[in-house]
Amino acid sequence: MSDEGKTSETPAAGKPPPPLSKERQQQARRRVLRTILLTGGVMGAALSGFLPLAYARKSRLRPPGALDEKDFLSSCIKCGQCVQVCPVQAIKLADLVDGFGVGVPYIDAREQACDFSCDAVQCILACPTGSLTYKKPDFLPVRDGARLAAAPILLAKEKDAEPTLNLQERIGVARLTRPESCLAIQGKGFKGQARGPQFDGELRYMSVDRWKPIKVADHPYDVSLCNLCVQACPIKNAISIETVFAPDGSQRKSPVVHEPCVGCGVCEMICPTEPASIEVIPGEGWRA
Amino acid sequence: MNDIQKRRFLDQIMVMFGREPKKPTDISPKAQEIHFYKKGNKDFNAEKAHARAHAEPSHKWRNRRWITLILANLLFVVSFRFDVQILEGALTASRFIGFHLIDLNSALQVMLAHKHIIMNLLIGTGTVLVLWILFGGRTFCSWVCPYHLLAEWAEKLHLWLARKKLVTDQTIDRRLRSVFWLVFALLAFATGYTVYEAISPTGILSRALIYGPGLALLWVLALLVFEVFFSKRAWCRYACPIGLTYGVVGIVSPLRIKYRLQNCFHEGDCRKVCLVPHVLDTVIKGRAVDTEVPIGPDCTRCGLCVDACPTGSLAFDVKGLSKLL
Repeated sequence: MSDEGKTSETPAAGKPPPPLSKERQQQARRRVLRTILLTGGVMGAALSGFLPLAYARKSRLRPPGALDEKDFLSSCIKCGQCVQVCPVQAIKLADLVDGFGVGVPYIDAREQACDFSCDAVQCILACPTGSLTYKKPDFLPVRDGARLAAAPILLAKEKDAEPTLNLQERIGVARLTRPESCLAIQGKGFKGQARGPQFDGELRYMSVDRWKPIKVADHPYDVSLCNLCVQACPIKNAISIETVFAPDGSQRKSPVVHEPCVGCGVCEMICPTEPASIEVIPGEGWRA
Repeated sequence: MNDIQKRRFLDQIMVMFGREPKKPTDISPKAQEIHFYKKGNKDFNAEKAHARAHAEPSHKWRNRRWITLILANLLFVVSFRFDVQILEGALTASRFIGFHLIDLNSALQVMLAHKHIIMNLLIGTGTVLVLWILFGGRTFCSWVCPYHLLAEWAEKLHLWLARKKLVTDQTIDRRLRSVFWLVFALLAFATGYTVYEAISPTGILSRALIYGPGLALLWVLALLVFEVFFSKRAWCRYACPIGLTYGVVGIVSPLRIKYRLQNCFHEGDCRKVCLVPHVLDTVIKGRAVDTEVPIGPDCTRCGLCVDACPTGSLAFDVKGLSKLL
């Protein structure tokens, strides 16, 4: 019960410490070994964050206004306030497999894309560290083709006094990655629910309610030539169906992505083919 | 503060950074008198009554603390799940009814890695700094941090296993925590990644509670297993840089635990329940430098020692307030 025994362990101040017994020396040595063990364990775990970055690195689609990947990872404080304000729950937090990206927000566009239902890019407003920002600080580099030529016009706000989104850089660009499966190119129409009855994703339809997103499954389509990606796109003039020439010289209809594309991923979410014919390439810049 | 107490205060700061507490060289005459009296006289009746009092442990402060800790974390969860928007975000950074609150260590990591500071980050850091200067830095650890609660339960398990002689507590050099603090700061600066945030159990647990569990909890589990079977409270004691950051804030904090030498019987039950027993070296017989000694900045103000002491030798105290009252 008493502490008195312990006090005798420490040598009295001023006098040189008595030599340690063999047992004590061993105890001290084991303690050093344990200290090294904990150091190794913690540092190993900490530095394992580099692994996903070093190989097979997944490029994630970040929320609107995100800094470039490296700066984004360094500035994100992993609080998830962006997750909390998103009206369509498009933003998720990454897990352990993302290394240093654990806890950092990303968008899985195929599951739920950012459709700008908030009208003002609330995630940028919520971010406390400037990881998501309307205007990048001057010293940070701008990726090639990231800068938008003009502030994107949000179709839902087109008739408002302020129709634009306060975005200066795109987070990616939509690309027709699987043209062979695209229904429009095959000249096919589409009838029914874009992603089937089980799909949970939401989208804001101006023809239904300008303010409230509804389930994609609750909004069936019936078109003679598939143009779902064009219909669903929330940004003005970002995508259209154009006549193109196939390699064999025949005329085809195909979705064509234009410069105003911000990389929100709505076209990828809505695409009825499996896997999606059109996808957003995260961090991609615009190339004419 | 007289010279003796000033020296003692500096010693306490050094002990926080990992130095082992030493026997004090100079002790005030009044304290010397009490030490002398205690050495020569044993009041057997009082000691018996005292032992009886120890048999009925109080859990007043522990219960208050657990309720506070659970409510604070629940407020985060409820704010998001039911969209009541009182406390948005997670423990690394949040907004309490609009006020930015940003964890000091997380802010530091981001500032070092990103090398750029925006206004909101600065405001939030300032708010938290003022908050924990008032309430005593490491109060965050025991009253808010969710890992602390799990580690407290893991410690109980460890002690139970230790009683059964199945495990022993393997102590580790406490200076390691200061080394880790420095290493993580340097890593953030050099690599540009907030390396520590990837393994911070505080952040991982807070996010798991609010946004749902993930694989990252495996790391927290590994830490708890290490603490149960190998080394008691290892993370909080020897590794966590958040604790050291808040400990430094606690240097200037007016809220602390105060030790009164007169009533103390020196059986050391307070040190047995303490997460950071090095701050309680004062209660060892003959070590108190004065009749009243404030406990050092590394103290988490958890109140377990206050609960453990039936004579009230240890009590919460606000610097300067006792003079006013």
